[in-house]
Amino acid sequence: MKDKMFEILKSIPDMEKKLREIRDVLLTNLVMLGEIPSPTFQEQSRMNFLVHRFNQYNLLNCSTDEIGNGLGILPGKSGDRNILLVAHMDSEYDDKADHTISIQPNSVTGPGVADNALGLAVIASLPYILEKLNIELNSNLILMGSARSLGAGNLEGIRFFLDNTDINISTGLSVEGVRLGRLSNSAIGMARCEVHYWVPEGYDWTQFGAVGSIVTLNEFINRILEIPIPTRPATSIVFSSIESGRGYSKVSTEAELKFEIQSESEEMVEQLLQQINSIAIEIATKTAARVVVKELSRRKPGGIDFSHPLVTNARKIMETMDIKPRITPSMSELSAFIDAGIPALTIGISSLETASKTAESVKIDPMYKGLAQLISLLVAIDKGYCDEN
Amino acid sequence: MKIDKWIKENTFHHSAFEDLDKLVKEKEKQNLKISLCIPTLNEEKTIGKEIVLFNSELMTRYPLLDEIAVIDSGSIDNTLEVARSFGADTYLASDILPNLDNKKGKGENLWKAIYQLKGDIIVYIDADIKNIHPRFVYGLLAPLIYNKKTKYVKAFYDRPLAFSEGIRPSGGGRVTEILIRPLFSLFFPELSAIIQPLSGEYAVRREVLEKLSFPIGYGVETAHLLDIYREYGMDAFAQTDLDQRVHRNQETMSLGKMSFGILQTFLHRMKSYGMMTDIPELSTILRQFQAHDDVFESIEQEIVEEERPPMITIPEYLKKRGNK
Repeated sequence: MKDKMFEILKSIPDMEKKLREIRDVLLTNLVMLGEIPSPTFQEQSRMNFLVHRFNQYNLLNCSTDEIGNGLGILPGKSGDRNILLVAHMDSEYDDKADHTISIQPNSVTGPGVADNALGLAVIASLPYILEKLNIELNSNLILMGSARSLGAGNLEGIRFFLDNTDINISTGLSVEGVRLGRLSNSAIGMARCEVHYWVPEGYDWTQFGAVGSIVTLNEFINRILEIPIPTRPATSIVFSSIESGRGYSKVSTEAELKFEIQSESEEMVEQLLQQINSIAIEIATKTAARVVVKELSRRKPGGIDFSHPLVTNARKIMETMDIKPRITPSMSELSAFIDAGIPALTIGISSLETASKTAESVKIDPMYKGLAQLISLLVAIDKGYCDEN
Repeated sequence: MKIDKWIKENTFHHSAFEDLDKLVKEKEKQNLKISLCIPTLNEEKTIGKEIVLFNSELMTRYPLLDEIAVIDSGSIDNTLEVARSFGADTYLASDILPNLDNKKGKGENLWKAIYQLKGDIIVYIDADIKNIHPRFVYGLLAPLIYNKKTKYVKAFYDRPLAFSEGIRPSGGGRVTEILIRPLFSLFFPELSAIIQPLSGEYAVRREVLEKLSFPIGYGVETAHLLDIYREYGMDAFAQTDLDQRVHRNQETMSLGKMSFGILQTFLHRMKSYGMMTDIPELSTILRQFQAHDDVFESIEQEIVEEERPPMITIPEYLKKRGNK
């Protein structure tokens, strides 16, 4: 029996070729969105541009909500099903950074280009692209730029939408700029934390163990590293950043450490967090300094099975295009879909050329493949091929 | 006051022209052809983005432009290759009107665009704008499209200078404020209403451009303003606020050279208008100093503001345009 995906897979090479013709539209949206600073909690200007674009494409319900998400609906022929495509609008770069983006024949470079101006540019360009490809879906396509996703934002935008919308979402796709081949069908459990250490006023520097923030934080990290980490469920503690000190000749009195606990098991995340809290209390008691562990955000583990038709068809599409799927758990918008019980995937659009503290560089050529895989998957979802029996 | 009235009636903000559907309809109604010219010299870092944005927004989505052309002074980087890869028409200035002696300068590229490009209106945009946006083009074209009396539209900005640590909200335009504005205020007070007379972005009707002589160097913008003012008066001008323009900051030494070239153009104009008769032969050597520890090194540079005659006097142009 012929695979029902056959027609879709057959059309991919031709689609990829046609997509090269819309390069400038995608790159323009990438530049115009990416050059608008959009740190978490300050996404409004980027959102305004996105919704303006949706309006220009005559989408329905072009709007924002009280969290600051940007939304538009491309109505389907029958409208029997609603597919939500989301890309987060916020970026790790603050509004003081020079947001200039440059385009070279093979790459686009600028702050936040990969994460996630490219993902958002795809969402902004999709109505135009589908029109140019003469693709009219039966399903309604809800296009969304989500606010307050990263860090302390803790996916507030997408969670707010899913908690409050009356629309019955059948499938979700989270679009990330990089990397092409990314296929996330599950989310791992995660607790994202900050540790603040500081010496109170009138601190007795003559007492035993009074060594300042750097040495104390070092001790704190060593104690965390002594905690036995299981291989099953897969678990890790990731130290992300550390800040302390102001120069020579002074004992540092304040420090900040950022870390994440990641695990396939929600219980393991909780258990480790409790252990780390106990270490903090012990160190605070010993040194008479203040040590506070602040939990910024938490994700539950979960997702759809690897054998779910949404995953198997996404893999078929990728394999047809010679894209090697990289199955990785996600901590992005996917977690919110999982919590809401909506089958969903995260996919990437292009490859990263370079990444530094001030800018990221994404390749142009893989974007056509990235777009073709996304659109093929959309068509498969639209036709019901990705539904679980 | 007349200047205030002119400013009120002829100064716009680009946001007034955001309705590109309306603008394109009006352009088509008048059967206008519009060309964009980007003069370049070693601009490989910024040229790609300019072309992609203008092509996508102002040709593909809204057919406001009929051609995008890069006219290059002989870049030694990949400016032309990058521009071509994104679909611009690319020309080496020396290949246009090859029978004429070869001159090098931004003004030369602007002048040759009149011959090479087909537009009834030509809009000139510098290639070094880091925060390029379609408003840079439609903001300049709209006053021409909506008002047939307007012949020349100049950009002005809240000009930040780009610094490594971020963007500073004000500054720039030093030659304007220290040289041009005082000169205009002294001799052509009405022209002081032009907020940024030296900005490299402007749109002009062909019927005006072809009658202008073009300094090929620093004086081209100043000469345009003076000659158009003299011929048509202030009613020919409009200016549009394009918000911020992020560009490379120029060193004071470079601004000195620029001022020297502009002054030559200005004084030559004063003489030819009969406003200053006793001007001696002007020196073309600019002396500047550079300090190395305790030693001051004198640097001499010859800066000659050569001019191209009005394009309408060039036989090849008349032949190409069918002696219109």
